[in-house]
Amino acid sequence: MRLGRISLTAFTWLIAILFVFPVIWMVLTSFKTEADAYTDPPRLFFSPTLEQFAGVFERGFLPYLANSAFVTVVSTLAVLVLAIPAAYALSIAPVKGTSNVLGFFLSTKMLPIVAAIIPLYVISQNVQLLDNVWALNILYTAMNLPLAVWMMRSFFLEVPKEMIEAARVDGAKLPMLLYKVVLPVVAPGIAATALICVIFSWTEFFYAVNLTAARAGTVPVFLSGFITSEGLYWAQLSAAALLASLPVMIIGWIAQNHLVRGLSMGAVK
Amino acid sequence: MTTTEVAPARAGESTGQPKPRRHANPWKRRAPLLPALLFTIAVTQIPFLVTVFYSFQSWNLVRPGSQHFVGFQNYVDVFADSTFRGAMLNTVVLTVVCVFVSMALGLGLALLLDRKFTGRGVVRTLIITPFLILPAAGALLWKTTMFDPVYGLLNFVLGTDIDWLSEFPLGSVMAQVVWQWTPFMTLLILAGLQAQSKEVLEAAQVDGAGRWRTFASITLPQLSRYLQLAALLGAIYIVNSFDAIYLMTQGGPGTASTNLPFYIYQRAFEGFDVGQSSAMGVIVVILTLIVATFTLRLMFRTFDVSGGVK
Repeated sequence: MRLGRISLTAFTWLIAILFVFPVIWMVLTSFKTEADAYTDPPRLFFSPTLEQFAGVFERGFLPYLANSAFVTVVSTLAVLVLAIPAAYALSIAPVKGTSNVLGFFLSTKMLPIVAAIIPLYVISQNVQLLDNVWALNILYTAMNLPLAVWMMRSFFLEVPKEMIEAARVDGAKLPMLLYKVVLPVVAPGIAATALICVIFSWTEFFYAVNLTAARAGTVPVFLSGFITSEGLYWAQLSAAALLASLPVMIIGWIAQNHLVRGLSMGAVK
Repeated sequence: MTTTEVAPARAGESTGQPKPRRHANPWKRRAPLLPALLFTIAVTQIPFLVTVFYSFQSWNLVRPGSQHFVGFQNYVDVFADSTFRGAMLNTVVLTVVCVFVSMALGLGLALLLDRKFTGRGVVRTLIITPFLILPAAGALLWKTTMFDPVYGLLNFVLGTDIDWLSEFPLGSVMAQVVWQWTPFMTLLILAGLQAQSKEVLEAAQVDGAGRWRTFASITLPQLSRYLQLAALLGAIYIVNSFDAIYLMTQGGPGTASTNLPFYIYQRAFEGFDVGQSSAMGVIVVILTLIVATFTLRLMFRTFDVSGGVK
């Protein structure tokens, strides 16, 4: 029985390591020279070097990183500003037709973005927003807003009704009520929502690759540059992939308990 | 509908009036909602309406001034286009296979994780990590370090000599998508497993039910709504797969791994055919709406998400 448990644990570990092995391999390759990256058989032991990371920055990674950071922060803040009051109006002081509004938000997530890309391209071109970070700011805010409203609402529903009633009787107005009573309770939920929005904005590819280029390109656009580059730069690609993924990996590890809640739009706690 | 709750009197605004007013200024209640709602309508709905408008136009960006109304001609052309039908089939295959396989793997991993063992937190962190790799990075890494015919790890491990991306383009893309999505399925199913009541499970054990018996007759039925949700959410996200195809195969060889999002992208941004690509977009929306209606009902029913609206 005990042996069975130990072997099951060992099996679980083995599966997990196999599953994550492409990531481990990415990390290893990023510390190789290009010569070490192309060997048959693949090389597990080598003398590590940081030259690939330097190479990534020489390739002009920083502006893309800055664009990604800017778009992620601005769109996440915009989402929070819009979603917090909306979630309040859909949970604590629900408006008429709340479930219709929720349904509408959800339905926008289900419409394939590819169907809107052509008008978005034409509109962006007409208003001079092509290859401009503000186009991405607007689109990412809209992309994450429904998810944030749903997720935040599920946190707001956990605020005890008595607390709100008590504050109302005491004469607190809406902004005060939100700030003093609701916010402390839902703060961890807001943080989790923000982290999920950060992940989605950081990893978004479709809008970025179609609407931006050299000037407003984000990190995924930088990575896509590796498919057209002549020759092969596996080690440098691995270094770039690691640098590009690291922020999201760290945030995701921190927010792993909330990842499902975000993706299922709050349907699963 | 029980949303017409009597608004409690706010002493601050109705000085000394203890009587609760019914429908006390409904706009005041709606105000916090409006910015988000209007923004979402403006940014997500208007482009779709424009897409519908474009789909009735013959318009190629390469020929300025060529824009004119052609009725349903684009739709006729699109359905006569065998590449479009192939892309539609690929989309269905990709979505169904990826959802099914990643759910099966996710169920297995979730069952392994749903017990106490040394380093459980670390194992869970390892398993979610593929989901946190940038999809663009994941696609490129699989294309090169895993699938490369000469130096790729896959051929080395399997002792084969296969050019995966040319011989099995759609299969290779699906492998990458499954790898990326299995963590999500695992977490969702794990949430379902942990939502089970411990008492019921213990009672079953006391009654002498074996492990498989308990799983089949107690766990699985309870899990079914989580599995349904996982399937539907997975389908919504995976049906839009673009990164993996764009970066790994460019839809090829030929059109062997072209799905609808990639084909629409090609027609719009490489063929500059606004009219036809818009018509395809509209068709995709209609197909998705059919699935979405079903999903909406399921999410509202099984999770009772509107339960808090009282």
